[in-house]
Amino acid sequence: MKLNSELSSAAKHVKTRKTVLRILTYIMLSVWGIVVLFPFYWMILTSVKSYGSYNAEHIPSFIATNPTLQNYKDAFTSVPLAKYFLNTTIFTLITTACMLLVIIFAAYAFARLQFRGKNLVFTLFLALMMIPNELVIITNFVTISNLGLRNTFTGLILPSITSVFYIYLLKENFELIPDELYKAAKVDGTSDLKYLFKVMVPICRPTIVTVVILKVIECWNSYVWPRLITDDQNYFLVSNGIQEIRENGFGRENIPAMMAAVVVISVPLIILYLIFHKQIMEGVSRGGTKG
Amino acid sequence: MKTNPAKAWLYLIPAIVFLGIFMVYPLVDVFIYSFEEGYNFASQSYTGTGLFNYSYVLHDPYFLQALKNTLILVVITVPLSTGLALLISLGLSSIKPLKHVFQTVYFLPYVTNTLAVGLVFMILFKKTAYTDGLINMMIQWFGGSSVDFIDGPYWAKMFVLCFYTIWIVMPFKVLILTSALASVKQDYYNAAKIDGTSTWRTFARITLPMISPMIFYLVITGFIGAFKAYQDAVALFGTDLNSAGMNTIVGYVYDMLYGDSGGYPSYASAAAIILFVIVLSITTINLMIRRKNVQY
Repeated sequence: MKLNSELSSAAKHVKTRKTVLRILTYIMLSVWGIVVLFPFYWMILTSVKSYGSYNAEHIPSFIATNPTLQNYKDAFTSVPLAKYFLNTTIFTLITTACMLLVIIFAAYAFARLQFRGKNLVFTLFLALMMIPNELVIITNFVTISNLGLRNTFTGLILPSITSVFYIYLLKENFELIPDELYKAAKVDGTSDLKYLFKVMVPICRPTIVTVVILKVIECWNSYVWPRLITDDQNYFLVSNGIQEIRENGFGRENIPAMMAAVVVISVPLIILYLIFHKQIMEGVSRGGTKG
Repeated sequence: MKTNPAKAWLYLIPAIVFLGIFMVYPLVDVFIYSFEEGYNFASQSYTGTGLFNYSYVLHDPYFLQALKNTLILVVITVPLSTGLALLISLGLSSIKPLKHVFQTVYFLPYVTNTLAVGLVFMILFKKTAYTDGLINMMIQWFGGSSVDFIDGPYWAKMFVLCFYTIWIVMPFKVLILTSALASVKQDYYNAAKIDGTSTWRTFARITLPMISPMIFYLVITGFIGAFKAYQDAVALFGTDLNSAGMNTIVGYVYDMLYGDSGGYPSYASAAAIILFVIVLSITTINLMIRRKNVQY
């Protein structure tokens, strides 16, 4: 009898400890959630405060009493935000499309075709993954400058067309497609090229979607190369645009308009993330790193 | 199945051409640049070869400041972010309700534009003539005195930089550690439970060894990433990092190359190679430690 009650009190003790631990866990996770989300809240909040009311706030207020969309209007009219936006979209689309073609061809050659020196070339490709961008960017800057391609889309796009990592990712995926399919297609008289685009690419669609999204994120956020290669505002991408806005845009004090621009720049990727978060997280955990 | 070799190479040509021009050639070229003394960008001529560029860079106070900033950033952010990520991932994998929501939220900073969100951090921490800013307001709630984190004392600026860096790198680390924790076999935990092993012991003897390869992976990529810090600093302090005293090694390379202080690809190359050597040595040391300590 006594033993029984002792056991049950011990069990109770363990249970309370577990509950406390659980509550602490949720508190910790919520705190970090707030730390992550707060800057986003603050940027949206500030962007709907009017210029006057923002500057009148000696103590920052957590709500906007008279929300206004005027700042968004300013962001598009007094600085060429639409132009930055358009440039980034063009840059992102062309870069991603070109890269996709290049990597599909390369991955196909490595995965499906037999030729001498294949393993050697592939090893050399993999070795290139270890080269940091900072090391090659100097010569690329000189190359593009000498070709007279500064302040052109060609100059912006060319160096980021190939990515060894994505070739590797796609090659691994292509190799999973059984050989029999290829042989059957050959018997039917399908050409290699047709087989590649009618059979292999559709089968590997999930990987290709992941690669595309990761590349789009990379393009949208790229800053260093565009900054080196463009000094004409007509070719600025959003990252350079926002830096320009910060330094010379609305005047340093018009923080709400600046925040409106920040919101506009962030929204496309956040929408992309909300739709594709599963693919993005999976793709990144398979070997992507930031930057 | 035999393929016509010419055809195979045809498929590879685009990739090889682009990699050749924009990866392999620059890699060779950067070493050549770094040994060419007195290189003139306009006439593309140089006066001699030697180690002068390296010696110049290593004696340049701006470089030494950048080196110091980068080292402090690395020493603070790598252990802190890895530890914090481990704590959060452990929390995440111990809960069921809301787990997915938390995961989705935590990953958000990964997809945001570093420059854009950096401006928000600047506003939160900055002290202007009109307002002390939100963070200073909170400091005052707790009885502290306000400080300008963006244009103020060195340690304050360094604090914001570290804070923002950690905010940026956390998504990747949490993601990797959460999936590492999920891949630990449930059998081990069940066995530990039957033996009545304490929570702490289970963590130290099962969880930690099982995920140690991933922790080391994060430490290594963390070191590499932190050594290459640049955009976060630009986002917070603007493009003129030298005058803010917050430059990083990568920032120094770019400043030497371009902008008001630019036009010196030789100095830039020397600095980039010094950075590469540092990163390479740290990675090698890490790998050596790893070989000694990681069980799996």
